[in-house]
Amino acid sequence: MSDTQPISYVRDTMLGQQEPPATQRGVVKWLRENLFSNWLNSILTLAALVAIYLILTSVGPWLLNSIWDAESLRECRDILDGTPGACFAVITDRWHQLLFGFYPPEHYWRPVLALVLLLIALAPILFAELPRKMLYFSAVFPFIGYHLLWGGSVWFPISVFLGFVAGYIAFRALAKVSALVSVIGAVAATLVWWFFIAGPFDAAMYSVAPIGLEFVRSESFGGFLISLVIGVTGISLSLPLGILLALGRQSDMLFVKTVCVVFIEFIRGVPLITLLFTASLLLNYFLPPGTNFDLILRVIIMVTLFAAAYMAEVIRGGLAALPKGQYEAADALGLDYWKAQRLIIMPQALKISIPGIVNTFISLFKDTTLVVFIGLLDPLGLSNAIRADTAWTGIYWELFIFIGALFFIFCFSMSRYSMYLERKLKTDHR
Amino acid sequence: MSENAAAERNIDTSKMQVSDELAIQINGMNKWYGSFHVLRDINMSVYAGERIVICGPSGSGKSTLIRCINRLEEHQAGQIIVDGTELTGDLKNIDKVRSEVGMVFQHFNLFPHLTILENCTLAPIWVRKIPKREAEETAMHFLEKVKIPEQANKYPGQLSGGQQQRVAIARSLCMKPRIMLFDEPTSALDPEMIKEVLDTMISLAEEGMTMLCVTHEMGFAQAVANRVIFMDQGQIVEQNEPKEFFNNPQSDRTKLFLSQILGH
Repeated sequence: MSDTQPISYVRDTMLGQQEPPATQRGVVKWLRENLFSNWLNSILTLAALVAIYLILTSVGPWLLNSIWDAESLRECRDILDGTPGACFAVITDRWHQLLFGFYPPEHYWRPVLALVLLLIALAPILFAELPRKMLYFSAVFPFIGYHLLWGGSVWFPISVFLGFVAGYIAFRALAKVSALVSVIGAVAATLVWWFFIAGPFDAAMYSVAPIGLEFVRSESFGGFLISLVIGVTGISLSLPLGILLALGRQSDMLFVKTVCVVFIEFIRGVPLITLLFTASLLLNYFLPPGTNFDLILRVIIMVTLFAAAYMAEVIRGGLAALPKGQYEAADALGLDYWKAQRLIIMPQALKISIPGIVNTFISLFKDTTLVVFIGLLDPLGLSNAIRADTAWTGIYWELFIFIGALFFIFCFSMSRYSMYLERKLKTDHR
Repeated sequence: MSENAAAERNIDTSKMQVSDELAIQINGMNKWYGSFHVLRDINMSVYAGERIVICGPSGSGKSTLIRCINRLEEHQAGQIIVDGTELTGDLKNIDKVRSEVGMVFQHFNLFPHLTILENCTLAPIWVRKIPKREAEETAMHFLEKVKIPEQANKYPGQLSGGQQQRVAIARSLCMKPRIMLFDEPTSALDPEMIKEVLDTMISLAEEGMTMLCVTHEMGFAQAVANRVIFMDQGQIVEQNEPKEFFNNPQSDRTKLFLSQILGH
């Protein structure tokens, strides 16, 4: 220690809080960090501003001069008189077709009510905070939704529903014997009900109490109605099917495993459009002549199988990401296979797979537009139909913007929901 | 048992009684991984109340041996009888044995998506069919015993390694097992946390639990075990009371092993 430099020091006044320098706070700091952090970044910022300006000046007037009220494209052009402008009058004129296809206008309330009920049925599934009792409504919604959309005898969906009830009763009755027997019994009871009892039950009840909404043929369905029917059914069926396929693929049982692998690889190896053509054309050759197998139903089955194969692989990825220790801990505690899957493995595997699952959902929903190729009038098919009308020949952008915006709303909501769910399920606190 | 080592650590040995009731019996058991013979002609009897430490070099088959006892690994020849139930392909027997035998893993294997309390109540509720409230009371009892009741509503990811391992022990205890298996419970822990886990294991031993521990904690073996088994190349090479085992090993292989782990 040197005598010339004393090291003893005592502070006599404490310093108060001070603001950071002007360039290091507020808007200036944000601009410096995000837009002008170095010269390359500054050039890119300026270039981006120029690009945004050019886009706005070219698209802006077109959008601002939109015509919302006209009878035809010609009338639009007359009103615009040479200035650039969009002709959204086509939407005001034909929105009902884009949404409902050729569904009878006096029954529009039925799909609208079905959509509202769908949202109510989805709510408790999507948000765990809602009362669990609401799930009972979710369970019966498919039958209500079917009846609202297609109508016909109210006893048909009820008799189909009773098939599940029969299965459940058989399951509970046989549960004491063994798990396998009760599952087989439940499936058998359901099938017996559907194939032998449901038809006569439906007919008998209808003759006694002919209640029901007016029947609407599948051919009248179109527009977003058809996209939503196919998309929502496909989404809700492909997830459970995908889980079963993923588990089957990991199974020790050679037969189950082979069936699942062959199914997944076959479906993934074939374009969806091929499957849709198979559904619409080839099935007619294989089915007995005269069978009337609803086209929408066929498409739903094909889209579901297609999405399920992808789903299975997404979920298999989640399963593979789980450490082996989780299986061992579940085993060591005496949990059987299904309990371990349900309580330990699947909650974690599905959580890991959320981005992939939602990805599959979104692409399934957008793939519903492919049904235009087999003659179903989805929104894109209808845009062709609308353009075929002489009043609207030559209109493209406005229709596609509208259709795109609606698809975007659905897909973007799914994406946001998945991010919310990921945040909510995060328990590792890293 | 080494009375001195136990006395040094203030361990209450009054309830550490070995009864003449067989807890586990293994007869001529062999196991192969493919064509690799991992366990060779294992014969051992474990009596209720025994505290057995299994040690040996890595790859000697000690973990595999205790994993065979609750059928996490399948043996290909010989017999394993746990609490009177023989382990065969029969799933009912396997589930029965597993619910009687608790297991603690090297890497804890807690369920990260469930809270500490849920980790502890899951198996009692779903396997033992115990009402939720009762299961939670039992869980809190055991969480107090391992000294972390205040963490009950946290997730495993928020706990330290030592705390997680104590939760894992509590989780096993909630099933009220008759036998506890420990598979290197302290090998993944920092030195400071090893003690808290060993203390928990010691208090378990003090209550007369039948325990099989694969561990390298020789201090624990000397203080708590009534028998030390040394394995090498898939075989039991030597077993003895801890005092004899450490002070007077017979086999050359044991001597070499002991000199290597106690030599520094």
